[in-house]
Amino acid sequence: MKKSVWINLVMAVLVAGLFLVVSCAKTTVVSDVPPIQDRSDMDADDAKIAADRLKAEKLREQEIRDQELSLAKTVAAKDRFGNQDVHFEYDSADLSLMAKSVLKEKAAWLQANSGVSVTVEGHCDERGTTDYNLALGERRANAAKSYLVNLGISASRLDSISFGEEKPLDASSIESAFRKNRRAHFVIK
Amino acid sequence: MFLKSTKMFNLSVVICLVFSFCAQVSAKDVNYINISDPFVKKTPVAVTQFKAFNGSAIEKSDGERAKQILVSALDFTGYLKTMNPVAFLANPAQMGIERDKINFRDWTGIGAELLITGGIKSTHSGDIMLELRLFDSFTTRLLTGNRYTGPRSQLREMVHRFCSDVSYKLTGKRGVFGSKITFVSTVNGHKEIFVCDFDGQNIEQVTSHKSISLSPSWSSNSKWLAYVTYSRGRPEIFIRNIMSKKSSVISYKGMNISPDWMPGQNSLAATLSFSGDQEIYLLTLKGEIIKRITKSWGIDVSPKFSSDGKKMAFTSKRTGTPQIHVKDIETQKVRRLTFKGMNNTSPSWSPDGKRIAYVGIEDNQINIFVINIDSGMPVQLTMDAGDNEDPCWSSDGSMLVFTSSREGRVPRVFVMNASGTDQRRLLRMSGKQNQPDWSLSQN
Repeated sequence: MKKSVWINLVMAVLVAGLFLVVSCAKTTVVSDVPPIQDRSDMDADDAKIAADRLKAEKLREQEIRDQELSLAKTVAAKDRFGNQDVHFEYDSADLSLMAKSVLKEKAAWLQANSGVSVTVEGHCDERGTTDYNLALGERRANAAKSYLVNLGISASRLDSISFGEEKPLDASSIESAFRKNRRAHFVIK
Repeated sequence: MFLKSTKMFNLSVVICLVFSFCAQVSAKDVNYINISDPFVKKTPVAVTQFKAFNGSAIEKSDGERAKQILVSALDFTGYLKTMNPVAFLANPAQMGIERDKINFRDWTGIGAELLITGGIKSTHSGDIMLELRLFDSFTTRLLTGNRYTGPRSQLREMVHRFCSDVSYKLTGKRGVFGSKITFVSTVNGHKEIFVCDFDGQNIEQVTSHKSISLSPSWSSNSKWLAYVTYSRGRPEIFIRNIMSKKSSVISYKGMNISPDWMPGQNSLAATLSFSGDQEIYLLTLKGEIIKRITKSWGIDVSPKFSSDGKKMAFTSKRTGTPQIHVKDIETQKVRRLTFKGMNNTSPSWSPDGKRIAYVGIEDNQINIFVINIDSGMPVQLTMDAGDNEDPCWSSDGSMLVFTSSREGRVPRVFVMNASGTDQRRLLRMSGKQNQPDWSLSQN
């Protein structure tokens, strides 16, 4: 019986001591509380800044992407302007519906790029004689040029030249090559 | 180089018309061969070995060379055919080249209607002297005989001078032997202007623009060349004196193309587009406009004057398709000449003004036709042999030079007789060649 009393006593003392220790520890720690609270405030600000920064970065990246995209679009539009030819029928400088729709697109591009000047080249297939084709090529270039002028593009931005049959895109003597070669080609100056 | 070879016309060649009576017979009396006859049979001619008067080795080798030049020149004509010497029964180089030393039965017996004998002598000054005779072997008449003296370097020109004399005696015309052909070639990568002799020999490059150069045209005195070049960025006409290297440029706004010289004058026609429409103008050497020749909306190109300068043929699209038209310069009247086919371009007058050669496209076939001015009847000269373009007559009307892509689909310069026979390649050169223009003969 005495033995268990002792044990209880010791337990009580230990528990009390434990409390004491805990309370002691508490008092010693209390003085550090405000800095901890401060730090947690700072963390919140940092996160906000970081988030903002991230957002800005994302925005910038988006902007860059947009810029790149629009640049790519601009380049593509420019390439398309330079690469897409207006085609003609054999021995003709008349503009087909297809030719007119291509020219409308060119006019839109020229309107969007008002600082650009262009040379319109007239070309022919190899059939017909050299001199005649030089003349025909000039009429093709001028037909394309006049159409653009009628769509509101200043004539001062448009130059024309005929190369007749001297610069074929495809030098083979077959119908598909002839079709490619009968063209008005646009060169940005 | 170019200068040197054109100087040949100043040769101190013909010393005298030696053999008296031939000079008294006018060409008209002995018009042996009618070169405008499309059915002309080639006359067989025997060209014998040249006699070396001093007998030196160099004389003999020069004589052989002269003979070869003579044989190729005669064969080039559409009306003579030199015979194979294997058949010859006599050798005038040993027995004598003069009329009284020749047994004409030796020649009539083998079918030689004409006989040419030649002798060569080295002179003290280092020049050479050629003595050449043409005989009619059936009548035994001497048709022409001359001595030609000049430096060894001009042996070819001396022989060709004799060929002109032969031609004059036989046809009443001096032939093509003193003429030159200008053309465009890509042999060095770019289209440049070249010049060669009538037979495709002595090719020389005239321009080095390293651009696109086109449409060369001889003035009637063969002193000037006009051509189109992009060397300054757009088509302009450059005019060049081939002796003095004097030059000028015709440069109006738009394009300046297809020059053709007014015969006997220092003026030329060309298509200019500064007005907004392509029209043909007559211009001075400096490019000043003398007058506007065509007045019609649409393409007007390829002016070509008749040799008397009174008419001008040209290509016009005024009726909807490209067709050959003829304008009378004095009356201003224009008439359409071609009606068959949808695409007829590139006219060239025969020297007698009776016919026009042109290019016609039918069923995607590009061929050369000749049309009679009066009857309007076209005759097709090329057929089933690639694309054929750019016809131009020789000054005697016996031949046409033209471009054909019959060999490997690449355009090359060819010649044919005016009737369309004997179509053959004129010169061997790599790259493409086209737009030949034949000068008038200068001897």
